[in-house]
Amino acid sequence: MEIFLQQLVNGIVLGSIYSLVALGYTLVYGIMGLINFAHGDVVMIGAMVTLTVIRLLSGSGLPGPLVVLCGLGAAIPFCMMTGYLMERIAYRPLRNAPRLAPLITAIGVSILLQNVAMLIWGREYLSFPQLLPAHAFPFLGASISFIQILIVAGSGIMMACLSILIRKTRLGNAMRAASQNAEVATLMGVEVNSVISITFMLGSALAAVAGMMVSAYYGIAHYDMGFLLGLKAFTAAVLGGIGNMEGAMLGGLLLGIIESMGAGYLGTLTNGAMGSNYQDVFAFFVLILVLIFRPSGLLGERVGERP
Amino acid sequence: MPDARLLEIENVSKHFGGILALTDVSLSIEKGEIYALIGPNGAGKTTLFNVITGIYKPDSGSFRMEGIDLSGKKPSMMAKSGIARTFQNIRLFSNMTALENVMTGRHCRSKSGIIGAIFRNGNNRTEEIETEEKAMHLLDYVGIRKHADMLAKNLSYGDQRRLEIARALATEPKLLALDEPAAGMNHSETDSLKGLLERIRSDGITILLIEHDMKLVMNLCDRLAVLDFGKKIAEGKPGDVSSNPLVIEAYLGGS
Repeated sequence: MEIFLQQLVNGIVLGSIYSLVALGYTLVYGIMGLINFAHGDVVMIGAMVTLTVIRLLSGSGLPGPLVVLCGLGAAIPFCMMTGYLMERIAYRPLRNAPRLAPLITAIGVSILLQNVAMLIWGREYLSFPQLLPAHAFPFLGASISFIQILIVAGSGIMMACLSILIRKTRLGNAMRAASQNAEVATLMGVEVNSVISITFMLGSALAAVAGMMVSAYYGIAHYDMGFLLGLKAFTAAVLGGIGNMEGAMLGGLLLGIIESMGAGYLGTLTNGAMGSNYQDVFAFFVLILVLIFRPSGLLGERVGERP
Repeated sequence: MPDARLLEIENVSKHFGGILALTDVSLSIEKGEIYALIGPNGAGKTTLFNVITGIYKPDSGSFRMEGIDLSGKKPSMMAKSGIARTFQNIRLFSNMTALENVMTGRHCRSKSGIIGAIFRNGNNRTEEIETEEKAMHLLDYVGIRKHADMLAKNLSYGDQRRLEIARALATEPKLLALDEPAAGMNHSETDSLKGLLERIRSDGITILLIEHDMKLVMNLCDRLAVLDFGKKIAEGKPGDVSSNPLVIEAYLGGS
């Protein structure tokens, strides 16, 4: 039971991060039908920029949480700019091209970002200094660390804000209209190009936060950390129903929990033949199952709306 | 005397590959009239709509709205210049509510930009409340206020057509272009649509109408033009046009 609760807590924490990243995939997919495989690398850039700022400020004597906040304050605009440029330079010229072209371009952008990051920050694992309080709180036999609470609360707040933005504001209205029928939205005076730019920037801002969270949680950052994380978040988005916001949130949480349950119990179940290092297998096992049994995802529409 | 002409289309041609969808079409629509565009399927009526709403660029020719040349401008410009349309095959934002659909139509009249749409200061908020009120009023105007919070895809067919009209009206058009608004409607629905269109006209909005329902067209419009194979073959008052031998031939097939 203790293992169960602990793995549940870990799963929710991991899942919150997946949800944030999955939202970036799903927002972009919803509005232009593109799977932006470079999104995971935006998370990496968020982590790297946060770390760079933290290292610059490390001798300044500022309190740890404030230093992290400064790092985040730099990472968010930097990632938004990356997202904007990515769309403007790589995807917009291919807006009316066959779907395969932007998809392959996305993979190219991903490789490009990884290599640029490697040139700037090197091949080594960079460690994230211990700036946030490390103590843990007992909770029904499990333990929750301060940073875990921060991750869950932070991503919860961000997702709530995003929901309000999409449901209640004029921008959200324009985004939904553009995603359902871009041509008609244009006739209503919606500037679809700006809406798409903003969508990329929103997704990238979430990615920046996720990047900070991941590197603070695991204590490291690496130039190709975005690859696997991106794939898993993509899996989460597909699990929930890609293009569907609530789906991305739900899919992220579920995937996080499935993974950490798997990691917690796999060893016992297989008599030690497989350890928790098989954790990653679960995400893709889930992806395969979803694609076989419910390709439109848990909350997705059964039939595609796209004409 | 002020110029009575609202939309002037001059020698517009448009081809797709070897198909001439429109050949030298010229029309002039006057303020306050209901002008119908009829013709057999594939005659180029919808193509002409797509040209005047900026979806297609004409290959040659031009059109002016209140004397301002709009040919080849972007669709969002057309909305700002006062041209709004509905679609032959209904194209609503199906997963948004009726109210939200109409509010989307207000985009081209919003003063606060896209950044103002996120950071809401006092002005923006008043504007947003106004937008919602206006949208509600328009739903009332077309008679579907009670369905304001229903998703567009769940509305009945006739109500979807009305919602499209409300959404188009939300852009505050001077010219409302309706592509087969009565398609698929029964008698009583068509009758109440006729009432709605007359009311829109009496509120000062000019209507350009594509329609196959001849009874509706002949009863409703002031003038009409007939297109056949992308050419205008007749224009005039309903009575004159319906007795024109060219028109009879186009509809019934020549021997």
